[in-house]
Parts: sequence; C-alpha cells; structure tokens
Amino acid sequence: MLDKDKIAGFIGNKILRLLSLLIVVCFVSFMLIQYSPIDPVRAYIGEMPVSAEHKANLEEYWGVNTPPQEKFLNWAGDALKGNFGISLIYRMPVTDVIKERFTASLVLMAASWLFSGILGFILGIIAGMKKGTWIDKTIKIYCYVLAATPTFWLALILLMVFSVYLGWFPIGLSVPIGVTAENVTFLDWFLRLILPALTLSLLGVAQIALFTREKLIEVLSSDYVLFAKARGEKGLDLVLRHGIRNVALPAITLQFLGFSELFGGTVLVEQVFSYPGIGQAAVAAGLRSDVPLLLGIVIVSACFVFFGNAIADLIYQFVDPRIKQQEASI
Amino acid sequence: MGYMENMGNMGNMENMENMGNMENKTKTTAKEKKKTEALLKVENISLSFIQYASGLRQTELKVISNLSIEAHSGEILAVVGSSGSGKSLLAHAILGILPSNAKLDGKMEYNGQQLTPEKKEEIRGKEIALVPQSTNYLDPLMRISNQVIGCVEEKNEGLMKKVQRDIFQKYDLKPDVDRMFPHELSGGMTRRVLVSTAVMSSAKLIIADEPTPGLDEKTLNETLSYFKDMANRGCAVILITHDIEAALKISDKIAVFYAGTVLEVANVEDFKNNGENLRHPYTRALWNALPQNKFQAIKGHQPMQDEVIDGCIFYERCSKKNELCSKGIPQLKSVNGGVVRCNNVS
Amino acid sequence: MSTAVVTVNKGVFRGFNLRQKTLLIIGFTSLLLLAIVISSVEFGDESLHTNFGSKNLNPSPEHPFGTDWMGRDMFIRTLKGLGSSIMIGAFASTISTILAIILGLLSSTGKIADSFIAWLVDLFLSIPHLLLIILISIGFGGGATGVIIGVALTHWTGLTRVVRAEIKQLKTQEYIHISRNLGKSKWWIATKHIFPHLIPQIFLGTILMFPHAILHEASATFLGFGLSPHEPAIGIILSESMKYLSAGYWWLAFFPGLSLLIVVLAFDMIGENLGKLIDPKNAHE
Ligand SMILES: Nc1ncnc2c1ncn2[C@@H]1O[C@H](COP(=O)(O)OP(=O)(O)OP(=O)(O)O)[C@@H](O)[C@H]1O
Ligand code: SF4
Ligand SMILES: [Mg+2]
Repeated sequence: MLDKDKIAGFIGNKILRLLSLLIVVCFVSFMLIQYSPIDPVRAYIGEMPVSAEHKANLEEYWGVNTPPQEKFLNWAGDALKGNFGISLIYRMPVTDVIKERFTASLVLMAASWLFSGILGFILGIIAGMKKGTWIDKTIKIYCYVLAATPTFWLALILLMVFSVYLGWFPIGLSVPIGVTAENVTFLDWFLRLILPALTLSLLGVAQIALFTREKLIEVLSSDYVLFAKARGEKGLDLVLRHGIRNVALPAITLQFLGFSELFGGTVLVEQVFSYPGIGQAAVAAGLRSDVPLLLGIVIVSACFVFFGNAIADLIYQFVDPRIKQQEASI
Repeated sequence: MGYMENMGNMGNMENMENMGNMENKTKTTAKEKKKTEALLKVENISLSFIQYASGLRQTELKVISNLSIEAHSGEILAVVGSSGSGKSLLAHAILGILPSNAKLDGKMEYNGQQLTPEKKEEIRGKEIALVPQSTNYLDPLMRISNQVIGCVEEKNEGLMKKVQRDIFQKYDLKPDVDRMFPHELSGGMTRRVLVSTAVMSSAKLIIADEPTPGLDEKTLNETLSYFKDMANRGCAVILITHDIEAALKISDKIAVFYAGTVLEVANVEDFKNNGENLRHPYTRALWNALPQNKFQAIKGHQPMQDEVIDGCIFYERCSKKNELCSKGIPQLKSVNGGVVRCNNVS
Repeated sequence: MSTAVVTVNKGVFRGFNLRQKTLLIIGFTSLLLLAIVISSVEFGDESLHTNFGSKNLNPSPEHPFGTDWMGRDMFIRTLKGLGSSIMIGAFASTISTILAIILGLLSSTGKIADSFIAWLVDLFLSIPHLLLIILISIGFGGGATGVIIGVALTHWTGLTRVVRAEIKQLKTQEYIHISRNLGKSKWWIATKHIFPHLIPQIFLGTILMFPHAILHEASATFLGFGLSPHEPAIGIILSESMKYLSAGYWWLAFFPGLSLLIVVLAFDMIGENLGKLIDPKNAHE
C-alpha cells in the first residue's frame, strides 16, 4: 500500500522535474542558436534550390526578421502540439526523423550498455578479488588505457582491422538516406551493428570495472566481511555471498547514470561507421544548421539522460532495503 | 576433562565439597585449571601497522607489544582495557583476520599446536568463534537467518535452518526476525543474533568483543549469562570489554590491557576491599576508580601509539615509579596465582 | 607504450620507496608533456612543407609516423596537434577551474545561492556532454573559438561539486565559527579561511580536468565543429585519415591517435599520483 503511494509520488515528482528541466533546456538551447551568428535560413538555402514561396515561409518562421522571443513562442507552441517542425536536411517531420534514428541508436546503445556492464562488472570483481596481483594490475592498466582512448580513434582502428585488413565487414556501412528500415535485411542490419557496438562496449567497460573494483575492495575490507572471514567463509564463496550482493546495486546504479556518456560515445561511433542513428543526425544537423532537428535531438537526449538518472534514483530508493526502511519509518 | 564433568554437575550441590560461598567455589575451579594445559596460549605478540602519512612518508605504528595471555577451557578470561588500547585487534590477530598492512610477531598455540596463519584459516569459525563488536559486522543486505546459518552445503541447509530456529527460540528471537535485515534489529536483538552465530558454530574457543555496551541492566545480565553458559559447557571464553564491573560478574580471570599490552592477569577474587591483592598499580587504580569504591579517576592518559617508550608503559602515570622503571620493560612475573609486569611487586 | 611505462616502473624504480616513486612518475610525465609543448612551438610551419615527391610514405626512420598525401611529415603534424591540444586543454581547464572556484565559493554564501548552483550543475549535466559542447560552439559562431569556448564552459561541474562538499565540511570547523562570531563577512571568511584549504583539491581537480577537456576538444574537432582543416589538430588529422583508410594508409590514423592516448594517459597519471600525495589513504594498494 505504502509502496504504491510512494511510487506514484516518485513518478509524479520526476515528471514535474522533467517538465521544468525541459522548459529551461529548450529555452536556453533555442536562444543559444538564435543568437549565434549563423543564419539558419541562409545556411540551409545555400545548399539547395528552393521555391520563393518556400523561402518566404522559412524566413517567416526562422528568419532574422522575426524577434527571437516570438520565434521561441511559435516553436514552443507547435512543439507542445507534438509538432517539432520539418527537418531542413531530411525534409521530413523532425518527429519522424528522430523516431527512426533514435530506434537505430537505441539498439546500438542497449547492446553496448548491456555488454559493457556485464563485462565490466565481471572484470571489476576479478580485479578486486585479486587485488595487488598481476591479474588486477593487467585489468587496471587495461581500464586506464581505455579511459584515455579517444572513442573515434578506437572506432577507426577497429574499422581498419576488421573491415580494411580482414575484410569481415563492408567499409562503407552507410545506407543511403531514404532507404527505409524494411529494405534492410536483418543480416545487413546486424553486420552494421557489430563494430559500433563493439567499440562502445570496449570503452564502456573501463568506468564500470574500475568502480566495481573499488567498491568490492571497500566491501571486502568492511567489518561484515571481516566477520564472515572469522566464521570461516573464504575465497570465491565469500565474494559471491557478500561481495556481489553489496556491489551489484551501486554498480547498476552507476551504469544507469552513464547514459549521458553513452550518448556522446554513440555520436562519435556513428560518425565513423556511418551508422544511421541519432548521433549522426545530430552532427549533420549541427554542421548544416538544421535548427528544428537539432532542438528535437537536444530534447530527446535530455529525456534519455533524465530517464537513466531517474531509474538510478528509483533503484536507490526502492530496491535497497536500508533506504526503504528509513523512508517508511519517517 | 574431569573439569567438564564437574561443571556439568554444578547444579548438583551434593557433589560440591566446598559450597560455602561463591568466592571459594571460583577459587577451587581456578586452581584446578592451573594444572591443565591452556587451550589458547598467546606469547609475546606484537602488532604494528605500516602506514603512509601525508606526502607518502612511510611510518610504522605499533599497537600491541609484548602481549601474553592464556585461555583455558571452561573458564572466562576477561580482557579489560580502555578504548583504543588494541583489544579488538588482539581478537582479530588470534583469528588471523588482520588488515593486510598489519605486521604480527610472536607465538600463538592452540590446543598444543602452533597457530600458523594457515591453521587459523582452517579452524576459524569451526574451533574459534568471534562474537563481534557491533551491528556493522552483519551484512546489511542479507537476511538474518541466512547470515546466522552461514555458508553451508545445500543438503544441510534444512537441518541448519532448524538448528538456527531452535537457538533463536532459546534467545527469544521471534520467527519474523529470521527474515529481517540487520538495520531492523534493536541493539539487544543484535547482541542475541551475534551470540547465536557463535552458538551455531559449536566452537571451543569463543572470543566476545564488547558484547555489552548500550544494554540495559536486565539485557546485560542476560547477555553475560549466555557466555557463562558457554563456559559451563566447556568452552574457553575470552570476554573483551571496558566494563570492569560486568567482567567481574562472570569471569574467572581478568587480564588488564593498557596501551597495547597486558599489565596484569588477576583472579577475580583479587578484586576486593581496597584492592590490596591486586598486583599492578594500574589495576589498583582502575579498581579504585569505580563508583562503589573510592571513585578516584587516574590522572593522565594512555600514551599515544607513536610515542616511543623505553621503560614501563605506565611510567608517566604511576605513583610508585622508581628509577629502574624508566629503563627497560619490566619482566613478566608470576605472583600469587597471577602474572604482572611491574618492578615493584614481589 | 603505456604498459611499457608501468613495467619500466617496476624495474627501474625498484629500491625507491613509494614517495620517491610517485614523485619520479610525476616528474617524468610532466617533463614529457612539457617537451611536447615546447617542441610543437619550436617546429616552425616550414617543417610542414608540402612535398609531393614523398607523399603517402610508410613509417620509416626518416618519417617515424609516415607522411600524408601532401608529403607532410606526420610526426611533426602530430606533435603540433598535440601541442595545440594540450594548450587548448590548459586554457579550457583554467577557465573551468576559475568558474568552479567562483561558483563553489558563491554556494557557500547562502542557501539560495547554494541551491541555484546545484540546479545549474544539474542543468549542465542534463544534456550529453558532447552535444552540449556542440550546442555552445554553434552558439558562439562555431569554428575553433566556438569549440574552445564550449569545452571551457562545460568542465566545471565536477570540481564545483568537490569544492562545495569540501566547503560544507570546512564550515563545521571551530575557527570558522569564531570568525563568524567576530563579525567577519561571509565573503571575507570564504576567501581568507576557506579558499586556502581548498588549494590542493583545486589543483588536483584542474589536472584531472585536462584529459577530459583534451578528449572533448579532439572529438568535437573530429566531428567537424572545431578547428579548420589547415590548423594542426589531432581531430582534423584523424578525420582526414578516414578518407585514406580503404587505401590502407593505416599510419595516418594509428600514430596520431596513439599519441593523443599517451598524452591523456600522462595527465591521468600525474593526477592520480598527485592525488596519492595529497590523500595517502589508499596508497598501500
Ligand atoms: N588498520 C589500522 N591501521 C592503523 N591503525 C589501526 C588500524 N586498526 C586499528 N588501529 C589502531 O589500533 C588501536 C587499537 O584499536 P582497537 O580497535 O583494537 O581498539 P579497542 O581496544 O578495541 O577499542 P574499543 O574499546 O574502542 O573497541 C586504535 O587506536 C586504532 O587507531
Ligand atoms: S614498573 Fe614501575 S612504573 Fe611501571 S607500574 Fe611498576 S612501579 Fe609503576
Ligand atoms: Mg574494539
């Protein structure tokens, strides 16, 4: 009973926070772009021929003649109705572009999020258990090196090794814009996914492994593990019984807090592998001043990051029995 | 083992030659003990920590030095000392669960056998059990019954579960406690749960680290009685505490701990009147500091661990010191059925 | 290379204690970074002459990192790129540190200021970092200036949190209460009593910011938002190299990226070892 009320309260609170955050984020991003010396209409028209009428429409909506506040209100009013405008470069409604692109990216991100989380957790547990040995040192060095590795460089190296040298994957992975999801076979799609996901996974391992290691070492030097040892528990059993139990929650929480970095990594990796996801769209929109699309992507990414943080919070407040108890007793 | 029989018959007054007063009874049993071998012998151990101070300068911190004690089956040895004197570390040293930067020297024997690190690992939890100091020693995310049962093979789990339930029943822990998490227990319940872990183990040596703080009079007596029970069943009990009164209630011998070493091991009956039977000035001072006695606090404080002391460790605060005392650590002497580290005793 | 550094530690540094070892590592890595910056400035632009006679050469003793399609020596290009990366990193970290100090101290002056700054931190963390840099760089007109401003304005959040937490703890201490009772102003207490205690943490925080700033600048440049193609930058070199991947000119991407990795790792190592000196709690690992 209590839990239900609490969860409802939690969700309500989160939604309010998300809304207030989005308003500020939209406003600030909008103003940043508006006051930028780059004129979106000219940047856009510079690329392709458009009819005079179309141009006039654009000028009215985005042009220099409309005051920024008015533009913002125009845009925000439409956005509230679910209309984020037409993407200038894809010539499709922003919502459609984002839907298609974000789905592709979600698959990529989910795959590497899971893989890096599991692998990182295991490596961290091993390193923490074997603290000070060569295994630990190897894992630690691996993580330090990975944390210092430029994402796009690793992507390039993998591309060179697996596509150019070994020839396992095609080099130009891109599918021309306009080819819809149905025209891509599952195999095509899967092949396109492997290298980007591998890159992101390899890089994602570092943080979670180092964190798990630290946390496990902390747990292993805790009083309760000391007592477990005093009672004759040892080795792997001890780690499985007390270590994993106490490290898993913080590690999962951390992994959810990593959505922001995951998104950043995706942007870079998609660029190198020409993976048709939201990151690539974001770069294109940024480089070619597709303001409506860029704003749409900013909003989606903010929601995405917020969602990760909210889940981390949720785990912290509802799954950990200690917190649960405290709250209930207040 | 004749002793155990004796203890088993304690309730049966006819078998007792000497049933005059409590004091005499303890004396006889204690004397009897002298003859048997000690279950645990700790000889001249020292413990230090290697540490890094600010700027990564390496330092060595000595926390226990030249410490010797013995624990006998069926007997309670109280280790009394103020906070920070190294009592918990002594317990951890016996169990071999010191942190990795600790350095331990000296000799320990268990049941006539050398107590090496490997041996410690083998017998801890089975032969030697620890009753730890606080709730922190329970896994915060594991249900109580699982913790108390510990790590057992699957086929024994049902049996162990039953044993655990029985023990909890005896200690008045209701069935719903089984499924609780440590933070849901009250202080007294935590104590009983911690004691149950030792009972589960059927160990022969029980080391109880501060089992009494924060308990009301009734719970305190109850907790102490658990340990008395264990001793009566033939276990050797080391009761670590800074509450000298609690120690006197149930112990047979009292080891007085000061700044990482034992200054005196006295029999419980030595603590009476003005403490004239006590051997060491510090023990006497402790006795006289009790409210029901003279209620005189001792001046000064324990030396810090990084102070280097050549002579008697109590020198600064001693009222009987002489020149000899500042030169070299006093020898350990057997006096009148106890041991003491003081130049001024004969 | 990085593994080599660590194994070398073992052989060469045997017989030194941890303190000496730590100081030596800090010394060596700082020297390496300094050498990179100085030599990148020393090599004039003439050493990057195009020379079509020697284009697309494999790495060789003469051109350790090979040459590009214009015959330019990749080693020198990389060195210059690293130099500018480090300098941009230094600039951005300095700005971010100053912001962090100001905001951190400001948060100690009152409840409203404190929650405003906490909110500001949350706001900055609500958008993926790289996207935020892109957004800010567009806002400031794009190009090198845009990216540098973007990097400089987005790395203060972590240090601000550290400073805030540190101040909260310091404030509970006795002498601060006394000063307050003596009627000193909040700002006076913040600058005279609190700030000096924060210096080691701030210094460490700045060093630890470097790697992030450098990597973010390189990433934004790689994506095409930053420096223009004729300026030396690792991001530019790598995005150019993509055109030649299928031709098998692996050295165009391999060495510059590896060098960037090593520079970032060097900053991480300095930060980590300084951290050990300042707070030796975890030193015996
Ligand atoms: N890992 C460690 N490194 C350095 N010093 C330590 C370490 N563990 C304990 N000490 C020091 O050793 C001393 C003795 O600690 P110990 O826990 O044994 O005291 P105690 O007698 O049990 O005190 P209390 O009655 O408060 O439990 C303390 O002063 C403590 O500072
Ligand atoms: S040895 Fe000397 S200083 Fe130490 S307790 Fe005895 S009399 Fe006092
Ligand atoms: Mg203790």
